[in-house]
Amino acid sequence: MAHSDIAVIGAGAMGATTALHLARAGMRVALVDRGEICREASGVNAGTLTLHMTRAALIPYAIKGRALWLSAAEWLGLDVGARSAPGFSLAFTAAEEELLVKRAEARAAMGAPIRLMTPAEVCTIDPGINPAICAAAFCELDGHVTAYLTGRGYRQALVAAGVTLVEKTPVVEIDRRDCAYRIIGRNGTQLAARRLVLAGGVWLETMLAWLGLHIPVKCLTNQLVVTERMRPVMRSVVGIANGLLSLKQFENGTVLIGGGWQGHGDPIRGGVEPIPDNLIGNLQLARHAIPALCEARILRIWLGLESETDDAMPMVGALPGLPDAYVIGCVHSGYTSAPYMGLLLAQLILGHEPEMPLFDPGRLIRSTAAQPKDLP
Amino acid sequence: MAAAAQGLSVRLLDEAPQAGGQVYRAPPQSFGAKADPEGIRLRERLRASPVTTCFDHTVWSVSPGFRVDALRPDGTVSFTARAVIVAAGAQERVVPFPGWTLPGVIGLAGATIMLKSQGLLPGRLTLVAGQGPLLLAVAVGILKAGGRLAAVIDLASRAEWWADWPAIASRPALAARGIAWQLKLRRAGVPIFYRHAIRTVTQTESGLAVATGPVDAEGAPLAGAGHEFLVDVVTVGNGLTASTDVTRLLRAEHEFKAVRGGWVPTLDADFRTSLPGLYVAGDGAGIAGAAAAARDGWLAGLAAARDLGALSTAAYEQRVAPLRRAASRARLFGAAMAKLMALRPAQVAAIAGETIVCRCEDVTRGELDAAVREGAREVNQVKAWTRCGMGPCQGRICGDIVGALVAGRGNGRHEAGYFTGRTPFRPLPLSQLAPLTDYADLRLPPPAPL
Repeated sequence: MAHSDIAVIGAGAMGATTALHLARAGMRVALVDRGEICREASGVNAGTLTLHMTRAALIPYAIKGRALWLSAAEWLGLDVGARSAPGFSLAFTAAEEELLVKRAEARAAMGAPIRLMTPAEVCTIDPGINPAICAAAFCELDGHVTAYLTGRGYRQALVAAGVTLVEKTPVVEIDRRDCAYRIIGRNGTQLAARRLVLAGGVWLETMLAWLGLHIPVKCLTNQLVVTERMRPVMRSVVGIANGLLSLKQFENGTVLIGGGWQGHGDPIRGGVEPIPDNLIGNLQLARHAIPALCEARILRIWLGLESETDDAMPMVGALPGLPDAYVIGCVHSGYTSAPYMGLLLAQLILGHEPEMPLFDPGRLIRSTAAQPKDLP
Repeated sequence: MAAAAQGLSVRLLDEAPQAGGQVYRAPPQSFGAKADPEGIRLRERLRASPVTTCFDHTVWSVSPGFRVDALRPDGTVSFTARAVIVAAGAQERVVPFPGWTLPGVIGLAGATIMLKSQGLLPGRLTLVAGQGPLLLAVAVGILKAGGRLAAVIDLASRAEWWADWPAIASRPALAARGIAWQLKLRRAGVPIFYRHAIRTVTQTESGLAVATGPVDAEGAPLAGAGHEFLVDVVTVGNGLTASTDVTRLLRAEHEFKAVRGGWVPTLDADFRTSLPGLYVAGDGAGIAGAAAAARDGWLAGLAAARDLGALSTAAYEQRVAPLRRAASRARLFGAAMAKLMALRPAQVAAIAGETIVCRCEDVTRGELDAAVREGAREVNQVKAWTRCGMGPCQGRICGDIVGALVAGRGNGRHEAGYFTGRTPFRPLPLSQLAPLTDYADLRLPPPAPL
């Protein structure tokens, strides 16, 4: 059985960042995933770097995370297509304008450089936006990342840092004996590690249950749509006050349309199928925001799973009652913050004071009824 | 027709303007061209049947349960059904070589469509290359339509055409037609080069310059003098792969069968997929040819009728017994043809590093190899890291070749997998899918929390 200082279960951006910093600090790290690296939320999300829709309390983390994505070439070793772009949140109705003002104020209070703009100002910055808006909030600290390149960047960095990557290995059980966690994979793989990090996104509820903890994790099945390459039709990252739209055009000319419209899916089957009516609703909204999208052809629709806790706030920190066990995940706008959240957790594990406060998972525990086997 | 005859209400959707698929494709009525008599009979029977036909309907989504979404000339439409039979046919495959993406280089199946649907010659002087029965069909089709051929370049040896003679002779009419085609080519003085393949095609001022050369039984290029041709069109194809868009989207089980064209849905003897209510018949279940497709389609229709309670098991068994015998004979012939069309691994392995494999996104073999070297073990990871298969064809054209290349790097086709199925099956005009509405009329879900 292979022994490590620490095993990280879940090779998304959260787990991979944590593993990378721990390995660079000298730990022997095993990073385990049921599939290949960053093939779930971290590789299929919209790649939006936006403060408009980030939960207000998480703004300081998102600002740090965004800066890390933009400098990925330096600390990760590969530019994963992160680009800075102006970001707008639009309002088409009086009710949306009211919501927009409330959201902008809450975020500005947390340090986001968000301010209101007139429709005329908006159209000067991005003439692609529908001039029929009644108001907009502007943020210069927005942008986007090419999410599907995430795994490629992380894999190179992890291998270079000496992390043992254990891909395509679904974990079925974790127990603890001889002061070590034993991780048992479905294909017969066994790993032992002195410390444990659970970084499983929507699979965290299942993972925590291996350790006898019951923390409900809600699974959202977000729909994403991409167009064929087309002429430049927009130059900013665009959303709507109600949060039901995210739009950006990449350098290759494709336009990505998101906004959290739901499809069919669950943690067991993954994202299964879009719901045609939700697709049509999402596209109608996109067309209102950027009228030139009427020229687009829809190329591909897919679904990404997003995790959420009971209070919609993250869990990042030590698991109470268990020695050297940690959890990281359920961060709203998690892709934006991932490189920073992983860094903070690595700081804690390495015995340093994290730069910013973590998010105690203890508050979310419903029960600890079933204890894992052989716990001291 | 088989399901409708049992009293089920049946709707037939097809993106073409008339029934017939690729093999019995009807020429536009205004052309006055003669259609294949079997195609005419098929369309007449369909018209006389209680089947509701929906032509010019491009299906873009099938949801579990089932809901079928389609785009027709006047907008979107959706239907619900208790069962769905997928008869999506096959997709052409080309093993890439330098120059295969040049204008004037088209697929064998593409050339067939030009000849059949429009009575159009692909070019004045054409080179026909590749493998399988389409090779001869296209060459003779061009001659019949008055075109000229520079040569026929066949990946197979002459002996391979005769290797499965008992199976081929089981369909005497088709076997005779194949022999007649060969004679016609010989009489027209068209040179046929067996065990040869295209090395490169380059664009010159006076046309497409094609260099060909000898290959071994596995398709690997051999040292030795080849031939050079100057033509205005090249038609080339390396067999067919099953169109599995619907079954991949619905996550039905699939298995890899090289001699049936690659990844195919796993079916039981009654054409059921692993998903209740979802059936596949025809080349979409694995390449077996038109004769088998018609018989299998009839059987699948009866199986669905029985599963939906329109036919008793006893009546079903009685009806299918003779059909099954005919179908298995037809499949025998189809299997011999499919064997000639099967991918030859050494030909794929010999693709040069700078050759484009994904023609939509211009991804080269070298870029795919680099992704695999960096640790991608499955085609979907390779897709994410290179954009291979992300273009308008959604990987339909390159998918089987990419699978073979990823598998060739130390793991098997099973581990390399296949591109996950995604909607829409065809690129969709956004304006048709989402007509402009008043903002106030949009039905929006509740906003996200603060």
